[in-house]
Amino acid sequence: MKRFSALRAGDFTRIAILIIPLLFGFGTFANAASDAGHGEAAAHGEDGGHGGHGEESAGDVIMHHILDSNKMEFDPFGSFALPKLVIGGFDLSITKHVVFMWLAAIILLAVFLYVGNYYKRIGSRKAPGGVANVMEAIVQFIRLDVAKSNIGEGYERHMPYLLTVFVFILVLNLLGLIPYGASATGNINVTLTLSVFTFFITQVAAVKAHGIKGYLAHLTAGTHPALWIIMIPIEFIGLFTKPIALTIRLFANMTAGHIVILSLIFISFILKSFIVAVFVSVPFSVIIYLLEIFIAFLQAFIFTMLSALFIGLASSHDESHEPEAAH
Amino acid sequence: MLTTGFIVLSGGLLDPNPGLIFWTTVTFLIVLFILKKFTWGPMLSALEEREKSIQASIDRAQTAKEEAEEVLKKNRDLLAKADAEAEKIVREGKEYGDKLRADITEKAQTEASRMIATAKEEIEQEKRRALTELRTEVADLAVKGAEKIIMANLDAAKQKNIIDSMIKDLSENRN
Repeated sequence: MKRFSALRAGDFTRIAILIIPLLFGFGTFANAASDAGHGEAAAHGEDGGHGGHGEESAGDVIMHHILDSNKMEFDPFGSFALPKLVIGGFDLSITKHVVFMWLAAIILLAVFLYVGNYYKRIGSRKAPGGVANVMEAIVQFIRLDVAKSNIGEGYERHMPYLLTVFVFILVLNLLGLIPYGASATGNINVTLTLSVFTFFITQVAAVKAHGIKGYLAHLTAGTHPALWIIMIPIEFIGLFTKPIALTIRLFANMTAGHIVILSLIFISFILKSFIVAVFVSVPFSVIIYLLEIFIAFLQAFIFTMLSALFIGLASSHDESHEPEAAH
Repeated sequence: MLTTGFIVLSGGLLDPNPGLIFWTTVTFLIVLFILKKFTWGPMLSALEEREKSIQASIDRAQTAKEEAEEVLKKNRDLLAKADAEAEKIVREGKEYGDKLRADITEKAQTEASRMIATAKEEIEQEKRRALTELRTEVADLAVKGAEKIIMANLDAAKQKNIIDSMIKDLSENRN
């Protein structure tokens, strides 16, 4: 309210006198602003635990935003610490990323329990509407274009995992794009855990499809016993490259997007110029932000897609060898 | 910028964090099981059922279409048959009528000619009979006349009178 009345009261010449020096990066206010920025950066740096040296760079601030922490911060309004929890020597503290994971879980449960009830209520004879219809489009997409086309026969068994992993990653990705949000998928521990799930499901599917003997025979890649000493380690490493690729892909994509947006914003702080802010930082970060929304969907899709592909490869019965893994 | 690189390499981004791994596992599994039980189950079964019912509807529609086509074909066949039948009946009726007419005409003609012939023959017979009668009568008359002449010849005057009177008689008799 105050701001509105101030705007109304102020006349254009006064605004212009204020703004012109600001735009060109000189004048007392500009310096004050950049000083404030530095102060903030320093504060962030200390929170992040990298405050070994006096002045903090933009890099530290960016890292602080990306890394996990024990504090929930709502910047101008303060912050609160999250509980520390150490059980049996393991640090099971509730961190920022855990909170966002729970938030994602709550959103998912709220939306999908509603949708599930909706389906129970209307049965299969009626067309769904509203949220259920949107969710059905997603479910149908995962079902037909991801699961059925990659896994083939017996895809129904893997549907709950694929659907859950898709919506879970999607919501985590999107939570990183809201103000004060952080994306837990930008943390390698989270993506590692998710791809370990895919890894186990893939191995179980492979053992189920080929039996223990077939599974072990697969490790030799059907070569002459003389080559086993080379082939077995290679195939064994091959088993783990897939989940590692999944881990790195999701983690790096989410982290990189955030770093790019923050870097673009920090360009204007580093150069201490409002022109840069108006013509470079803001428009470019808006563009990257839009791209990030797309990438949030894309990476969730790719993770699900590759999980389905790996499961399909592991459980396929034809012995034609693995096609090129998608990147 | 250099600091950023330093931090990445020193492991800020790649720090292992067992607590986070633990919480990810727990959260994900809880979400997975709850959603599996309450959402994916009903949703997927509803989708599958709907798919099946749509397929069934399509199948039913196909069958119905085929049946309808069959019925249509049958109807068309029946119609064609009925048409042919009707045509045949009309043709036969016409033929029969023609034949009947021809028969009747012929019969009538035969009858007529027969009747004409009979009539002609009757007339001929009658004529013949009349002629014979006439001949007999004429002969009788001639004999009677001759008799009378012979009788009157005995007297000329008498003869003449006799003949006159006979002729007179004759003419009287005739009228």
